[in-house]
Amino acid sequence: MADILTLKNITKTYGENTKNPTQVLFGIDLNFEESSFNSIIGQSGSGKSTLLNIIGSLDRPSGGEIFLSGKDLSVFTNKELADIRNQYLGFIFQFHYLLPEFSALENVLMPYKISKKELTKEIEDRAYELLELVDLKGFENKLATNLSGGQQQRVAIARSLINNPKIVLADEPTGNLDSDTTEKVYNLLREINKKFKTTFIIITHDRHIAEKTDRVIEITDGRISLDIKK
Amino acid sequence: MKLAFSIAKRFLMSAKRHTIVIVFCIAIGVSIQVFIGLLLTGLGNSLIDSTIGSSSQITITYEDNLANYNSTVLAVSEASDNISVVTETLTISGALTNDTLTENIVFRGFNFDTANQIYKFDYLIVEGQLPTSNNQVALGIELKEMLDINVGDTIVYNSTVFGEEVLEITGFFDFNVLAINQSWVITPLTTVQDIIGEGDQIGKIEMQLDEVDDDLETKAAIVAALDDDTLDIVTWSEQNGDLLSSISSQQSSSILIQVCVIISVILSIVSVLSITVLQKSRQLSILKAMGIQDKDASFIFLFEGFLLGIFGAMLGVVFGVGLTYAFTTFAVGSDGSPIIPLTLDYGFIALSAGIALTASTLAALSPAIKSSKLSVIEVIRNG
Repeated sequence: MADILTLKNITKTYGENTKNPTQVLFGIDLNFEESSFNSIIGQSGSGKSTLLNIIGSLDRPSGGEIFLSGKDLSVFTNKELADIRNQYLGFIFQFHYLLPEFSALENVLMPYKISKKELTKEIEDRAYELLELVDLKGFENKLATNLSGGQQQRVAIARSLINNPKIVLADEPTGNLDSDTTEKVYNLLREINKKFKTTFIIITHDRHIAEKTDRVIEITDGRISLDIKK
Repeated sequence: MKLAFSIAKRFLMSAKRHTIVIVFCIAIGVSIQVFIGLLLTGLGNSLIDSTIGSSSQITITYEDNLANYNSTVLAVSEASDNISVVTETLTISGALTNDTLTENIVFRGFNFDTANQIYKFDYLIVEGQLPTSNNQVALGIELKEMLDINVGDTIVYNSTVFGEEVLEITGFFDFNVLAINQSWVITPLTTVQDIIGEGDQIGKIEMQLDEVDDDLETKAAIVAALDDDTLDIVTWSEQNGDLLSSISSQQSSSILIQVCVIISVILSIVSVLSITVLQKSRQLSILKAMGIQDKDASFIFLFEGFLLGIFGAMLGVVFGVGLTYAFTTFAVGSDGSPIIPLTLDYGFIALSAGIALTASTLAALSPAIKSSKLSVIEVIRNG
């Protein structure tokens, strides 16, 4: 499979212009293949979330280059990066981050609405299908705040898929879910990976979960200490 | 834009209590602005009306009187569309004598058909009626006691210049101005013309205007129409400098009050919306992570300001007009008439609402800029 994402010598230093700058990433080189199912593990403070945020163009690296489908993101403007996030990437966060003022269906449709395309019957049907896929049929019109943690996380998963992203970035997506729900959510992500050929990069501190992915990358103190492909 | 509007609407609807409080804040500001503005406008109008509403607003005086005046009066009335009524008058001085009592008077001859529209004599007559034929007169109410006379009596006018004339009293009027009530005697124009004995002539052309503020422009039009720049023409504003300066200072104080109210409305919206940006920072971050443009994120708050402004302004206008109506209904003088008459200046009301709406939208500018600069990563990292 061809590489969809390439990181070259990525570094990140916080507080670069202060007396005590803190470097959290040291020359990260990584490639991710299309349709692959990857996990990044590491202890708290190892730099894994920073790396995911840089991959997701939510943060800019201090040095190095990122290529998404061959495009160098480091030269993109904020506006262009916003478009990239909307069209190419899907995000799943540990704290769900749904919009509490909107229903489950509206949350799922939000990335599509942000793309300013006309809302069609097809896309609405797709939103219903995605909610059905994450086992939330019948919950479409419930406000996000009226859903349980696991249900909210599943809405977030459906939402990350609405624009058919090339890559889904998940930061501790089951971080605050119980073990049964965690298992269900990972099985769901795996199913989506197989069904839609979406590349997944999942951050977790749970080795048990990481072992279920095709590739495990371990970050220790801002450097890659382990990279195992199955 | 459409998305930003729908998100703004949803943000406001989901925090109904919060939204209602802000709308009331704006409405109170607008209502005070409308209330004070309408009150001051009413006060100004009432002041103008009571001072010049029943008097000549532009007067042309002929020192040597004017004979063959009909064509001149016609030319004046056609000089400007702003002239609502024109009347000709002739005034002489003299004294009224009743047996042993004598009082100096101002003897004014009017064409009552038109003069009535300026002086409203019909409403001012408190006893008897207006004179209708030669040598009939109506007197100021104070003269009744001063000369010990009644309706139906006769009285003698005398003057060293024009001699004596016996007059019949048909009524008494009350101008509510002591000097006029003590000195004016009114009669048909022909009475005074006959006493002078020099044929048809007049001493003054008096008129009223539709728009009193345009008196100087109207004066210029009359000068142009009569093609005589030596005419003695005086307008009400030239005669009432003190009144003008009091109205002008009233308007200045009104503007000052309105500016203060607008500033307080703006500050309250800025502070409330700034807090909203903080409260919604998580939502904004997730929208930005999903790819919303900074510009659209800003528009969410601009629309919030706009929507709050619309509802605040509408409610404020209702409150303001209601307050003004209540004030003019309940704050009445001893005769039951409002202390300040109700003046619904729709232009001013619309302007107040428009200013509040613009101010609310502009007040949202700072929170909007804040939201566009909001760092996604800070919120994501800090949960």
